[in-house]
Amino acid sequence: MSQPLIEIKGVRHAYKTQAGPLPVLDGLELSVPEGGFVAVVGPSGCGKSTLTRLVAGLMKPDEGEVWLHGERVKGPRSTVGMAFQNPVLLEWRTILQNVMLPLEIVSTKMNKREQEDRARHLLALVGLEGFEDKRPSELSGGMRQRASLCRAIVHKPEVLILDEPFGALDAFTREDLWQTMHKVKAEEPFTGVLITHDLRESIFLADQVVVLSGRPARTQYVMDVHLTGDRDIEHLYTPESAEALNVLRHQIQIAQGRSPAEAVQ
Amino acid sequence: MSLQKILVPIAAMIVFGLLWELLVWANGWPNYVMASPSDLPPAYAKYWNLFLVMGWQTLWRTVVGLVVAIIFGVLVGMVMGFSRVMRDALYPLLVGFNAVPKATVVPIVALLFVGAHDFNTVLIAFMISFFPIAVSVSIGLSTLEPEYRDILRSLGASQTTIFWKIALPKTLPEFFGALKVAVTLAFIGTNLMEIVSPHGRGLGALFDSGKTNSDYPLMFAVLIALALMGILLYYVVVALEKVFAGWAERTPG
Ligand SMILES: Nc1ncnc2c1ncn2[C@@H]1O[C@H](COP(=O)(O)OP(=O)(O)OP(=O)(O)O)[C@@H](O)[C@H]1O
Ligand SMILES: [Mg+2]
Repeated sequence: MSQPLIEIKGVRHAYKTQAGPLPVLDGLELSVPEGGFVAVVGPSGCGKSTLTRLVAGLMKPDEGEVWLHGERVKGPRSTVGMAFQNPVLLEWRTILQNVMLPLEIVSTKMNKREQEDRARHLLALVGLEGFEDKRPSELSGGMRQRASLCRAIVHKPEVLILDEPFGALDAFTREDLWQTMHKVKAEEPFTGVLITHDLRESIFLADQVVVLSGRPARTQYVMDVHLTGDRDIEHLYTPESAEALNVLRHQIQIAQGRSPAEAVQ
Repeated sequence: MSLQKILVPIAAMIVFGLLWELLVWANGWPNYVMASPSDLPPAYAKYWNLFLVMGWQTLWRTVVGLVVAIIFGVLVGMVMGFSRVMRDALYPLLVGFNAVPKATVVPIVALLFVGAHDFNTVLIAFMISFFPIAVSVSIGLSTLEPEYRDILRSLGASQTTIFWKIALPKTLPEFFGALKVAVTLAFIGTNLMEIVSPHGRGLGALFDSGKTNSDYPLMFAVLIALALMGILLYYVVVALEKVFAGWAERTPG
């Protein structure tokens, strides 16, 4: 097998706080092949967002290595796209201008015309045709998140990092966005890391789910997902899915430091 | 702008004028207690050239003081917004400086730079008005959510790019809020200096001469002229805000 696109080896990290160092990651291992999509789940506050900041090169780990495409990550790089739970759209720009923001930073071979065409194409792909000239405040939460997704991939990043992008949305909107994610992935293949609190989301979108232990986080459990082909929400209701969700739930309970037996009651 | 937006404030002013006239008439107050609106047109007719000259002096000195306050305030705000250490260092100083009543500073400045009347006036207008600007810019910059920074930083953007593309525009609404306060303050500063300094210039000095000559209608005419000028400057800021930070305005309802 070819070398993984994202590789995290033995990463340890502690934040310096007033109360002394707070160990957040300890012995984290993660490896994502090119084109792979890994979901990371774990107890709240265990260090998932910290993990995304390491991969994006926004900070350096105290120990251990982060590799991207065979290169050691030393700082931010333009081959990364990010989206967060907060869509952070710029209120003084139209949706189209928001999506085109990364193209003002990253140099691409596209000219202005092609850049705009690409942004419009992506917006249409996620179902935002006709909203290009609207302001973010005129859009619903789900629509803003769609625009944020377009901005994350407009510069064709090698790696897409999603930190609970659908966390603040209601269940129906979230399921709509899952479908959109599949559509986008089919047309714009990327290698991705998805942080999520939603186990159903993890098995519906990713082809591998990584469970982190409670803080300080280490890789506790890895599950390959076999929901292949064109995924349908129905697939979440098969016995295989129910089994997979059960195993993951069980792992989360262990990560939270509760014995499964007492959590069941 | 709709007709209603112009007519309603004008109607309000007319009502205010009528009530004022009525109040003076009903109480039978003589001019030295309170002049009435009907005394004002004769005062303006008599001194119109003085009003033009003095009004212009007050206006340009206020505007210059304000511009200096904006430049200085934005710079100080940026330094405090980007550096925690500088914020901790400068904040108490600024607060203390702002807490000193400017009426006590005016005579000191007047003595310090005797005769440099324009300079003194601009200085006071600046000193009194830069504080809200510095504070608003520093708060706007330091409360920028980290995610906003991260979307650009993760692409390798420089601090300068982040400042121009995100931090600055995001701070504009707070900046203009502060500027509206600063306009009024700068105006107060200019007038304080004009009234206090001997042989002063500007509307403040005109007010002072009205006082010395017991010309009460003149004093009231100056007050009204100052109010009108204040309204003018304020709406200039509102217009600029519409151009540069109009996006922050939400349509109500
Ligand atoms: N800049 C920082 N300085 C100090 N402590 C921090 C900092 N950022 C995060 N932490 C702490 O580190 C721990 C892990 O934070 P992180 O945001 O990575 O968790 P998370 O798994 O993403 O949490 P959530 O599920 O709530 O999003 C938390 O306890 C948090 O309080
Ligand atoms: Mg998080």
